Amino acid sequence: MSIATLPKATAATLTNPRYVPVLVTFGLFLAMFVAGGLRYEGFFSGQIILNAFIDNAFLLVVAVGMTFVILTGGIDLSVGSVVALSTMIAASLMAGPGWPPYVVVPLVLLIGATLGAVMGFIIHVFEIQPFIVTLAGMFLARGLCYTIGTDSIKIDDPTFTAFAQTQIDLFAGLWISPSVLIALAVVAVGAYVLHYTRLGRSVYAVGGSEQSALLMGLSVGRTKIAVYTISGFCSALGGVLLSFYMLSGYGLHAVGMELDAIAAVVIGGTLLTGGSGLLIGTVLGVLVLHLIQTIISFEGTLSSWWTKIFIGLLLFVFILLQRVFSMRRPRRSP
Amino acid sequence: MRRLLWPLVILALLLLVNVVFTPNFLSIQMRDGHLYGSLIDILRFGAPLMLVSLGMTLVIATGGIDLSVGSVVAISGALACLQISQDAGVAWAVALALGLSVLLGAWNGFLVATVGIQPIIATLILMVAGRGLAQLITDGQIITIVNPAYKLIGGGYLLAVPFGILLVLAVLAVTAFLVRRLALGLLIEAVGGNAEASRLAGVRSKGIIIVVYAFAALCAGLAGLMISSNVSSADGNNAGLWIELDAILAVVIGGTSLLGGRFSLGGTILGALIIQTLTTTIYSIGVPPETTLLFKALVVTVVCLIQSPAFRAKVLGRRRRPPAPGPVPGEKVRVSA
Repeated sequence: MSIATLPKATAATLTNPRYVPVLVTFGLFLAMFVAGGLRYEGFFSGQIILNAFIDNAFLLVVAVGMTFVILTGGIDLSVGSVVALSTMIAASLMAGPGWPPYVVVPLVLLIGATLGAVMGFIIHVFEIQPFIVTLAGMFLARGLCYTIGTDSIKIDDPTFTAFAQTQIDLFAGLWISPSVLIALAVVAVGAYVLHYTRLGRSVYAVGGSEQSALLMGLSVGRTKIAVYTISGFCSALGGVLLSFYMLSGYGLHAVGMELDAIAAVVIGGTLLTGGSGLLIGTVLGVLVLHLIQTIISFEGTLSSWWTKIFIGLLLFVFILLQRVFSMRRPRRSP
Repeated sequence: MRRLLWPLVILALLLLVNVVFTPNFLSIQMRDGHLYGSLIDILRFGAPLMLVSLGMTLVIATGGIDLSVGSVVAISGALACLQISQDAGVAWAVALALGLSVLLGAWNGFLVATVGIQPIIATLILMVAGRGLAQLITDGQIITIVNPAYKLIGGGYLLAVPFGILLVLAVLAVTAFLVRRLALGLLIEAVGGNAEASRLAGVRSKGIIIVVYAFAALCAGLAGLMISSNVSSADGNNAGLWIELDAILAVVIGGTSLLGGRFSLGGTILGALIIQTLTTTIYSIGVPPETTLLFKALVVTVVCLIQSPAFRAKVLGRRRRPPAPGPVPGEKVRVSA
């Protein structure tokens, strides 16, 4: 599998089964954007897309970590709780002892990565299913939040609030927040790791078939622990971005975010059995989720629960699509 | 039953902690012709979880998992309360809610068995969309009802015993009969062991998978009726929230392997009781209730580790070995390696 970048390979790219799911998602995104633009006044603007990034920078970062985990055929249910825990730790350390952000943020990231590493370690060494281990991690992180405090803690550190309120002006009155740049950097680094490093190769190999990866001499254990560490780190970073966005720490932040992240990854065309998928698909998945919410809020008459029903429907369609593709391309059974 | 040993030990320990902190914990009294006591409360409040876990056990025995039960709980309660608030008969409302639950379960089973989607994903669809459906039914409101007949299901008493407990016992008895006295349990374990092999051996695995998911949804629907009847209202957003996780935990604590192929109904009931007792314990010993989740995480980790063969071999096995032979530790490692 070589990455087709040559111009003459464009046609081949379009029909390459690796890219078809992402192209379908892209097509859906365009169709929704155009339909929204035709139907609603003031919808057809670049800022609508930029808002998707601004409002979902944290989800994007979390979904990148989730993509790594799902590519190995695992799942991480703890992301939402780790996000909440990160906001809580950051807020309480800044509000209570008054620690400066440049100490707090690295500490939070370290805690997230450590939590992920411990979960990965248990999953690999003791051969317990990722579902159960990360479920325990979810309870643990959420429980720790409530142990720190049950109320929302306001963040009023001047550096933190200044960073949160910064607007980076682009051309023609469009703007983004610094969080967007961080999220895009995470996507870029993630894509680089997946496609140009040994770890990335191992991630795809383990997801394709753990047995074969082991027989090929890849360090399956190290890869599995690494992806959960990455996911933990991304969740903590997502938590930091969420605390920029909310300017508070709260144990009830990001409830159910693991579902949004999984939905974004699936809609982005990553196979849930692992081994196939692209990060750019996950980015598109997050954008599609945001467009659904935007369209429903523009429509006005539709209530908020329609969002859930539409996301469920979309999930259904995309999973069906995945099924069709994996049937056309005979896969060795695991 | 060696498999039930650890869950039993943990349940006994939890009960012991309770007895130490509240001496009259084990006493059961008759008041106004009803049974009262902490133990009765654990059974009564644990009834919905036990029901959902029973259904989940069979699903997990086929190697599947059902994430949508929480949403089905909400949908069933919402539909029943909506019907009753529109002056429909209680029997009709209950039948309609359970019918819809079975239909939703059959849909899950269809996606898993016929379309061939991974169970965790197939049921994720209904988990996400189902919450929306429940809110659609209640129109985003909390429907409050006053109906003594409906109240019986979750909050009433029959022959001095809370009706919910009797309901669980009835479902448990029927399930145990179906899966242990008839061949159904064997077939379910066969499908869980290897769906393709059992199909080749002549088992209608697709049909069995669909039935099992429908049964899990039926149990969830019944639990939904119980929960909504106990509080006389239906909340599409919060009813049965995270009950699927508790149910999966109960099943795993009870010794049923998530890989499928074997299951233990008794273990599941024990698992559900452990979870409910844990919640009660935390209240009774005066630990802030916010930390319930921490204890849950601890119990899950400990129980799963104890049951993991890899953990036993690597940690418990190694700990037992050193005292036996070998004067020099370094030498012994070389021999065993």
